[in-house]
Parts: sequence; structure tokens; C-alpha cells
Amino acid sequence: MEWTSYLAPLSQGAWVTVQLTVYSTILGGIFAFLFGLGKLSHNPLLKGISVAYIEIFRGTSLLVQLFWIYFALPIMGQAIGLDLRFPPVVAGVVALALNIGAYGAEVVRGAVQAVPKEQYEAATALNFTSRKRLWRITLPQAIPEMMPTFGNLAVQNLKDTALVSLISLGDMAFRAEQIRNFTQDSVTVYTLVLFMYFGMALVLTACMKLLERYVGRWRAVGR
Amino acid sequence: MFFGIEWDTSSQWAFAVSIFPILLHGLVVTLQATVVGFFIALILGLVLAALKSAPTRFIRWPAKLITEFIRDTPLLIQLFFLFYVLPEFGLTLPAFLTGALALGVQYSAYTSEVYRAGLEAVAKGQREAARALNLASSRTFTHIILPQAIPRIIPALGNYLVSIMKDVPVLSVVTVLEMLGVAKIIGDRTGGYLIPLSMVGGLYLVMTIIASFGVRYLDTHLPKRGLSLK
Repeated sequence: MEWTSYLAPLSQGAWVTVQLTVYSTILGGIFAFLFGLGKLSHNPLLKGISVAYIEIFRGTSLLVQLFWIYFALPIMGQAIGLDLRFPPVVAGVVALALNIGAYGAEVVRGAVQAVPKEQYEAATALNFTSRKRLWRITLPQAIPEMMPTFGNLAVQNLKDTALVSLISLGDMAFRAEQIRNFTQDSVTVYTLVLFMYFGMALVLTACMKLLERYVGRWRAVGR
Repeated sequence: MFFGIEWDTSSQWAFAVSIFPILLHGLVVTLQATVVGFFIALILGLVLAALKSAPTRFIRWPAKLITEFIRDTPLLIQLFFLFYVLPEFGLTLPAFLTGALALGVQYSAYTSEVYRAGLEAVAKGQREAARALNLASSRTFTHIILPQAIPRIIPALGNYLVSIMKDVPVLSVVTVLEMLGVAKIIGDRTGGYLIPLSMVGGLYLVMTIIASFGVRYLDTHLPKRGLSLK
């Protein structure tokens, strides 16, 4: 069989990988901001939940989290009378997002804490409400600092999507395994897939660089 | 039954207690794979770092491209690649070694950057002063640069050791019986995934908390001004 005949099934898988990456990166970004800011909150409940979330999802393996959500959660749901059986797509996106969100939350926390204290003091002196201070002063200065690390995390997330093939989601890694089982032509298949992931990572990196340049304009002038 | 140990499904508590020693068997494999993978990563990373600072760009650029390629492709695919492709070239390794090798290859891209960043972080004045004192470049490296770079490099490497540990479960796909693989099999056979998988999560949490204390200890206790190699 010609290697070109692998391209159709692989590109089907590639589309799934792209969708998984986009959805889980965006959802992960939301988690990152929620829990990163939550960790800085003065409310002990919010802070506690955020710290627990970050520690649990950074402290355990992604594959453990994925298996737990896909295999163990339904059993727990049964015990408490809830239907927590998720289709693989949902389990995959949620697991990836929770995992990358926990790493992102630490980035958000670090960047927000790195905003100079004078900025808060000036905002308070100008009688900004705390919400306005967050949206107009803190985040516009913190987000540009987060972007380089977010770029790395996005690529990390793209690579991690390969693991969802283990809960039988038809992504690129899954298709590759299928083709290999069928043709035994492992060298060609896996070389091809490695280069396809590499290409995707390059595109993703370029996109994140564009985003970085866009939010770079929010940086305070003169710093 | 697994590793010759029976499980007891009479109650959930008894089940958890009875599978704990089985999971510990898996834990030992996880730790072994972590250590072997880490050592491969340390050595391969050193090779990549050396190639990336080679005097000619005909070596430097390919080395940079290879590092980028390794870093941007998933561990799972690299693992499958090594697992299925190496035997075709007559190199048949046990699954455990193939897995450790995949971990080592993946993380060599990261460790090579750690070495480079650590060496570059040494203040330029140090190099200039050594030059002014007429020190040979080999002596400058071993007596001036390296002692100051090591305290920066070690904690960063420690973080990657923890990351490797968290990536070991991927090895279960090539039949390495590490902790998660063991828990999954227990779940497959008994239908009870919740307890074994939660226990694996808990054990991971314990291990990473211990490891992060270790890394923090190293970070604060290594002399910031340099580590004498004498």
C-alpha cells in the first residue's frame, strides 16, 4: 500500500486532534484565569478550592486524570445516583482542559503578582473599584507576561491530546494505530504522524506568537 | 489475582486494602522507569546541548531542529515509533527499556535547554575576568562557569524528574506494568475502577508533594554563589 493512502484517514484524525486542541486550550485558559485569580482571592473558600484544584491536577498524571474521569467517575456517579457517563470527546476535552488549566493557573497567579504594587496603590488612590482595578489595571499588564508560557502550554496540550486515543477517541494517534494494525507498516505511519504533529505544533506556535503580539500592545508604555 | 496477590471484593475497604500491595508493585516499576528515563535524558540532553553549541552551524542548526522536533511531538507517538520501529532495525529491547528510552528522548530536549540556560545565566563578567586572568578556556569552564551554573541547573532538572514521573503511565500502552497500568487491569478484571484509579491518583499526589519539597530544599540549600567542584 502506498503511503499516500494513509493520508485520508490520518487527516480525519488530524481534524479531531485540532478540534480537541482548540476546545481544551480555550477551556483550559478559562480554568487558568478562574483558579489563578481564585488562588489570590481573600475569600478562604475560593482560595481553598483553587489551591486544591491546582495541587491535584498538577500533582497527578494526566493519564490518571483521563482514566479517572472516563472509567471511575461513572462508577462514583452510580453510587450517588447521578449519570456521570461522558462520551469520550467530553471526557477527553474536560480532562485536557482541567490539566492544562492547573498549569495555566500558576502562570496567571505569577503574572498577576508580578504587576508592580504601585499600580494597585495608584488605582486605589484614583478610587477605582476592585473590579475596575482588575480589568483596567491588573489584567492588561499581566496578560502580556503570561503569553510566552501560554504558548508553551498550548503546544504541551496539543501533544497531550494524543493520550485521548487511549479512551478510544478517533484522533490522529488512534488512526495511526489503526493503520499500523492493518498494514504493519509502522515506520511510514509513525514517521508521517510525527511530522504531522510537528507541523501542527509549528502552526500553533505561530498563532500563539500572533496573539502574543496582539496583547503586547496592552503593556504599560514606558516600562 | 495479580503478581500472586489475591484481591478481596467482600467490601470496598477490604478491596482497597487488598490491592494496595499490588499497586506498590506497580509503583516500584514507575519509580524505576522514572530513574532510568531521567538518566537517559540527562545524558542525551548533554549531547544535544553540546551539539547546539558546536563551533559550526552545520552541526548547530540540525541539532536545534532535532531538539525542536522532539519537543513538539507527543511522547506517545515517539514511544510507538521506538517500540515498533527499533525491532525492524534488528534492535529488540524489552518494553521497559523502550519506554525508558522514549522518556529519555522526549525529556532530553528539555534537559538540553536547562543546561544551555544554566550556562548562559552565569554573568558575562565572570568569563571576562577569567580571560583577563589568562585562564585557559577549559579551566574557565570547569572552575568558573560550571560551579556557578550547577546550582541553577539542579533544581530545574529536579522539576523535569517530577514531570517524567507523571509521564510514566504512558508506558502502560506498550505493556509496561507501571502503577496506572496495574490499576487499569485491576479495574478491567473486577469492574471496580473507582478505588484503584483513585488510589493511584492519591499515591501520585503523595509522590509529587514529596518530590516538590525535595526540589524546593535543593533550590534553597544549594549555594547560590557556586558549588566548588574541588
